[in-house]
Amino acid sequence: MTLQAYQLAYARGDRQLFSDINFEIKAGEALWLKGVNGSGKTSLLRLLCGLASPASGEVRWGGFGINTLREDFYRDLIYCGHASIVKDDLAAWENVSISARLSGKQCSRNDAYDALDKVDLIDVAHLPARALSQGQRKRVALARFCIQPGPKLSILDEPFTALDQTAVDALHDSLNQHLNQGGIVVYTTHQELALQAGRLHHLELSPAIPC
Amino acid sequence: MLKTLACVIQRDLLLAFRRRADVLTILFFFVMVTTLFPLGVGPEKNLLRTMAPGILWVAALLASTLSLGRLFALDFADGTLEQMLLSPEPLSIIVIGKVIAHWLVSGLPLVIFAPLLAVQFGLSGTSIVVLFCSLLIGTPILSLFGAIGASLTLGVRGGGVLVSLLILPLYMPVLIFGAGAVSAEMNGLESQAHFLLLGGLLAGAAAITPWAIAAALRIAFE
Repeated sequence: MTLQAYQLAYARGDRQLFSDINFEIKAGEALWLKGVNGSGKTSLLRLLCGLASPASGEVRWGGFGINTLREDFYRDLIYCGHASIVKDDLAAWENVSISARLSGKQCSRNDAYDALDKVDLIDVAHLPARALSQGQRKRVALARFCIQPGPKLSILDEPFTALDQTAVDALHDSLNQHLNQGGIVVYTTHQELALQAGRLHHLELSPAIPC
Repeated sequence: MLKTLACVIQRDLLLAFRRRADVLTILFFFVMVTTLFPLGVGPEKNLLRTMAPGILWVAALLASTLSLGRLFALDFADGTLEQMLLSPEPLSIIVIGKVIAHWLVSGLPLVIFAPLLAVQFGLSGTSIVVLFCSLLIGTPILSLFGAIGASLTLGVRGGGVLVSLLILPLYMPVLIFGAGAVSAEMNGLESQAHFLLLGGLLAGAAAITPWAIAAALRIAFE
């Protein structure tokens, strides 16, 4: 599977954020998206997920436009954005289980506990998410990666924020493992953390010019 | 597909159960509004009896608009709605699940309580049965139409008032046929025609609105 961006352009209102973005990422490769604040990193990630539509150009997954694939594309995708994706009123394990089941996977209570064990949250798995700290909530959200079958494409927006050093290392390891198994990772971070991908692509977005 | 539907319903019911106060607020609002009318209008029995279907229906209608704000807004704020948009299951199925859960939580209690409140207006037994049935068919339509308004006003400032303005005109036919069924029965006429029209509205709304809501949600995220 390849993720391909073809002449992507995106405008917010009158302001052109970026234009003519082209890249192709193959299985086992990663793309590190860089740029200053406001350069359109999150917007580009949302375009890649199909949450926003480009002003021109197309995102292709395995050669087909994601708008025609839609549900088939979403089966392969995990997106982790800025929002917490965690429901305060649900227990940590319920959050993991429900979000996995909504993305079409099987996830029993035991599976959810196993996933939380992998992100080192087994002790608080039964607590409602509102009792957890910011970093722990982030880890609950990231526990979805541990539910089998894993995604073929992971799109991560600042995944390392709010995580402590051990959690950053653990996430780093699991992303590397994911890449070894032929996954694709697209991520943004301001930390110097290069993934051990078959090939690590860099894309630097230039600051948007207000007009 | 059915598994996803069941999962969404279970999730929303669980969330509603964890926030029981919100559900009870709507029910109390319904009880209070209907109780205010006899106090304000006076204890004239025949007057109250003729007004009862309209009062109960309008109160049910207002009570159901109260809860619309929470239908999508909370999921929108914490990003779980965004994840639902990225689900490999069709968005319209997820939307149907959310609307069913919403009706179970905020529509069904009104249907169950309405006969009790109808007693204080002095409605006869058969009228109460007709009222119960008309609300049973009518309130799911309110939830379906309401969800359109809720999804269109997502992320809009002052969305709560806007959603009422958008939705109340759509509620008018439901109100007319719902309250009309009870009035017709009280005046010794057949209420069947009203029920057929309500049923038709429900079937039409159930067929069309999930796609409209799904499309509105996708627009909200652009």
